[in-house]
Amino acid sequence: MTIRDDSALDGNAIGGLLLEVFGTEMTAAVAVCASCGASGPVAETVVFLRAPGTVVRCRSCGAVLMVVLRRGQQNCVDLQGLAALELR
Amino acid sequence: MAGTAVRGRLTWQVATVETVRDETASVRTIGLAVPDWAGHTAGQHLDVRLTAEDGYSAERSYSIASAPGEPVAITVERLDDGEVSPYLTEELRSGDEIEIRGPIGGYFIWTGDDAATPLLLVAGGSGVVPFRSIIRHRHNLGSDVSVRLLYSARSLPDVIYRAELDDAGDGVAVIFTLTRQQPPGWTGHSGRVDQRLLAETAWPAHQDPLTFVCGPTPFVEAMASGLVELGYPAGRIKTERYGGAEAP
Repeated sequence: MTIRDDSALDGNAIGGLLLEVFGTEMTAAVAVCASCGASGPVAETVVFLRAPGTVVRCRSCGAVLMVVLRRGQQNCVDLQGLAALELR
Repeated sequence: MAGTAVRGRLTWQVATVETVRDETASVRTIGLAVPDWAGHTAGQHLDVRLTAEDGYSAERSYSIASAPGEPVAITVERLDDGEVSPYLTEELRSGDEIEIRGPIGGYFIWTGDDAATPLLLVAGGSGVVPFRSIIRHRHNLGSDVSVRLLYSARSLPDVIYRAELDDAGDGVAVIFTLTRQQPPGWTGHSGRVDQRLLAETAWPAHQDPLTFVCGPTPFVEAMASGLVELGYPAGRIKTERYGGAEAP
């Protein structure tokens, strides 16, 4: 499944959120998809800000890589769709 | 080193509006005084947070328009159905305060280190904003890296930074295409960037250009796949998508 959604952003748009969650710059980190094995910079992932929470999908297969839900002052982070996240 | 880690954390801070300048009828550049600014790299962005009296808040990301070392500035395009941009482009006055955090991003950046190969910048509409930072940074560095900026805008009055781009200096070629309306006597390109125009304006792939593409999502997708078709390796094409704004 490739995603054709004109409202989709990319991983650049969540640089601030990921900095908040991980405490370091993450858009240049390499994300490896647990579903298809594709790897590429977080900046090149497909991002939906208006889903319930922030949803990050694989540009190759469309699988969900990450979900970040904000609850009050807390962020709940689901990274199940990632095989690896390699900081550069 | 605990102190270092804490300082590295990104926090919201209050910035004061120093200057506002209308670039086009719907685009405004906002100069900000940020007391605790860590310094930015060309291509980075910052987040703006507006909070209503009832506590509702909205955040948006805006590319930084100024070069590293210059006072922080963002250029904002008003989206008529937007929650944040109408306020920033219509209400905001010099002396007002807004909450920001940044600088943000380590991928869609140009430091000037990769100067051995030419630079291709492809902008759709307000996607030109980070390229202003890159072109100014190149100038400030005294870099002689060759730059081509292919800029697609709806009409001449919609071109952002027009005077500055017309005077971009040696080694920077700006190629405009106007998609909706061309003034009488227009000798530049017309219509959307198609494969022919891309092939005509992009550096030959064998020169190993470093490429940045920024604009509305459909524009970026079309440009990135067009460049891959021209033989550009995907790893040399950096992209930034603004979402569903109408293609310029």
